[in-house]
Amino acid sequence: MAEIRKNALYARRRMRDSMATSLAYAATLFGLGWLVLILAVLLFHGFGGLSLSVFTENTPPPGSDGGLLNAIVGSIVMTVLAIVIGTPIGILAGTYLAEYGRHDKLASVVRFINDILLSAPSIVIGLFIYEVMVAPMGHFSGYAGAVALAVIVIPVVVRTTEDMLRLVPDTLREAAASIGLPRSHMIVRIAYRAARAGIVTGILLAIARISGETAPLLFTALNNQFWSVNMNAPMPSLPVVIFQFALSPYEEWQSLAWTGALLITVTVLALSIIARSLTARKS
Amino acid sequence: MANDHTLKRFDEELERLNATINEMGGLTESQFAKALTAVRERDTAIAEEVIADDARVDALDAAVQEQTVKLLALRQPMAVDLRVVLSSIKIAAALERIADYAKNTAKRSIVLAQSTAPAAAVAGIDRLGRLVRAALKDVLDAFADDDVAKAHDVWNRDEEIDQVYTGLFRELLTYMMEDPRTITACTHLLFMAKNIERAGDHVTNIAELVNFRNTGQNFGEARRKGSGALYTTDTPA
Amino acid sequence: MNMASTNMPAFSVPVAHAGVSMAGLSEKVSIRNLDFFYGDSRALKSINLALYANKTTAFIGPSGCGKSTLLRVLNRMYDLYPGQRATGEVMFDGENLLDPKVDINLLRARIGMVFQKPTPFPMSIYENIAFGIRLYERLPRAEIDARVESALRRAALWDEVKDKLDASGLGLSGGQQQRLCIARTVAVKPEVILFDEPCSALDPISTAKIEELIDELKQDYTIVIVTHNMQQAARVSDFTTFMYLGELVEFGVTEKIFTAPGDKRTQAYITGRFG
Repeated sequence: MAEIRKNALYARRRMRDSMATSLAYAATLFGLGWLVLILAVLLFHGFGGLSLSVFTENTPPPGSDGGLLNAIVGSIVMTVLAIVIGTPIGILAGTYLAEYGRHDKLASVVRFINDILLSAPSIVIGLFIYEVMVAPMGHFSGYAGAVALAVIVIPVVVRTTEDMLRLVPDTLREAAASIGLPRSHMIVRIAYRAARAGIVTGILLAIARISGETAPLLFTALNNQFWSVNMNAPMPSLPVVIFQFALSPYEEWQSLAWTGALLITVTVLALSIIARSLTARKS
Repeated sequence: MANDHTLKRFDEELERLNATINEMGGLTESQFAKALTAVRERDTAIAEEVIADDARVDALDAAVQEQTVKLLALRQPMAVDLRVVLSSIKIAAALERIADYAKNTAKRSIVLAQSTAPAAAVAGIDRLGRLVRAALKDVLDAFADDDVAKAHDVWNRDEEIDQVYTGLFRELLTYMMEDPRTITACTHLLFMAKNIERAGDHVTNIAELVNFRNTGQNFGEARRKGSGALYTTDTPA
Repeated sequence: MNMASTNMPAFSVPVAHAGVSMAGLSEKVSIRNLDFFYGDSRALKSINLALYANKTTAFIGPSGCGKSTLLRVLNRMYDLYPGQRATGEVMFDGENLLDPKVDINLLRARIGMVFQKPTPFPMSIYENIAFGIRLYERLPRAEIDARVESALRRAALWDEVKDKLDASGLGLSGGQQQRLCIARTVAVKPEVILFDEPCSALDPISTAKIEELIDELKQDYTIVIVTHNMQQAARVSDFTTFMYLGELVEFGVTEKIFTAPGDKRTQAYITGRFG
């Protein structure tokens, strides 16, 4: 009797198990399917527009041919500046959280706020910078755009820096202390070195994140039809150009928008893959 | 001893070792008693029995060796356990020697039964034998009960045994000088006395070991021994 | 003849000081009335103990008995964590090292530590060792090279790594990493070396090498080792300290502790009758 009941129970359990497994597979396929679809559509529409002129000519007026040069350069300039501003702040704040403030009340407050910032809608950040920079200055500017992007970078870098430093085992810190290394030396020369791949990964992920942001730039850097590297003036960027061109009725603009979207996607994908391989090599 | 080991098998093995030694002690005691009977009663049959049974004691000694080697190799005994294992090897060796002396005494008793020995001398051997036998019984009890006080008592009695032996030695010398015809028998009795006295020494060793396994120490004081004179002044001129 | 045999002691058991002549001993570290607290809980209770120069002292005891805590007081490693404090005296060359005025970094350079898990720094084998040397001494490259080599030789690692000094320390095997850590500690020229269960993550062969090393290092350093492995304590140490529930139960010559301990709790622990 017991034997049979056990078998019936077992059979039911097995059935449930295989059901759960198939559902998991189905969900995965569903999710991945969209991703593949997005990539396919991007390639389909964007690949055709890829040509040397995309990289050598500025955005055209409606109805004529052109490229994305000014937008690409604008994006790069603002991203680099945002990283230059955001990374040191982020790393230092992350270091405080992981190394010095581990048991402080202040640290948990900072961590909490950072988490809110991490998930804050980027348009809010754009509006904020509009209020504190664009409005007082009286005009849109590349600086404002870079600062808005930096505000997005900071929480990402804070978070990854803290997490990566926390992964450095305390025994390594103790080992450094045990040969008489002062704490600040220990952090710079041992902990950073041990967490380097992780911190770099965080920065790469932050770059990936901001290189696709449109909303904060709409309120800050706005756009520029022409070549401009003047940071004090409105500056073009790929996401904003895509936004503008994609919504336009002109076929050339729409085609350039697809190409720009493809470029951003490939860049982000490349950054992610580099980040991945960095972390993989570490573990 | 005290509470149990976390590892139950270890306890079982130590108990088995103790049981083996107890069995060996019982057998040795009976061998020794029988050998004395053989001398006293001129009983050749019992003497033959003692000689034959010595192999059983040897077998138990081998068993103790095997068990202790196994314990040392597999359990890495420490502190009291280490002392138990080490003292067990030595106690078994001492018991084996005592049984050997009993066998030798039994062998000589067979020869002695065919000659005429002075009855008083034989009685002297019996007296010495009883002293050693009582000490052996007590030290085995002390072993079984972990009774250090009793072991110390046995240890102290060695002096008395030595004195009786010395007295017997002189007595036998006197017999031989008085009547050279008894020389053969008395020489055998002399060897027996020596064997019994040596058995007594081993009993003392066991007492020492019982103390050691329980306390980790040796009986401190150096014992006065007055019988050193035996080998100097009494050497036949 | 016969008397000689009866007079022989049952076994030659080391009395209190046998094996180690107490006369030539000098106290390198003296611990007096040491208490230690994790927040409000008292982890060490009135510890009094002497660590003798050029001897190895082992701390044994069940988990949570305070042996690692005691070790970490000696180089004030607990200072890294808030809420941990020690009271009492730990005299080291005439100075109470618990004194807040003591320069912790200099103290740690004098009292080195080797940890349970090997902790090579994320840098080359050479740098792992040179790093510590450069902290306190400015030396020409050739001299640093010589110090690195002698430290690696000291740790019996030189022959295994001399051809790959620029390779990462993390690429070595567990046992090699641990010896690298010992070399790193030795290179700083400490006076005392603390070992916190240095072999618990190693295989028996690596363990044997480390033990041999500890035995050799004793000539130049005062050594303290915390170990869960009683046989290891018995093998490497001159003195053994048994701790239980934050108390120092028994301190004595290792041979004595392992053949005839004085305290029932010590006996119960080392014979495996605990709990």
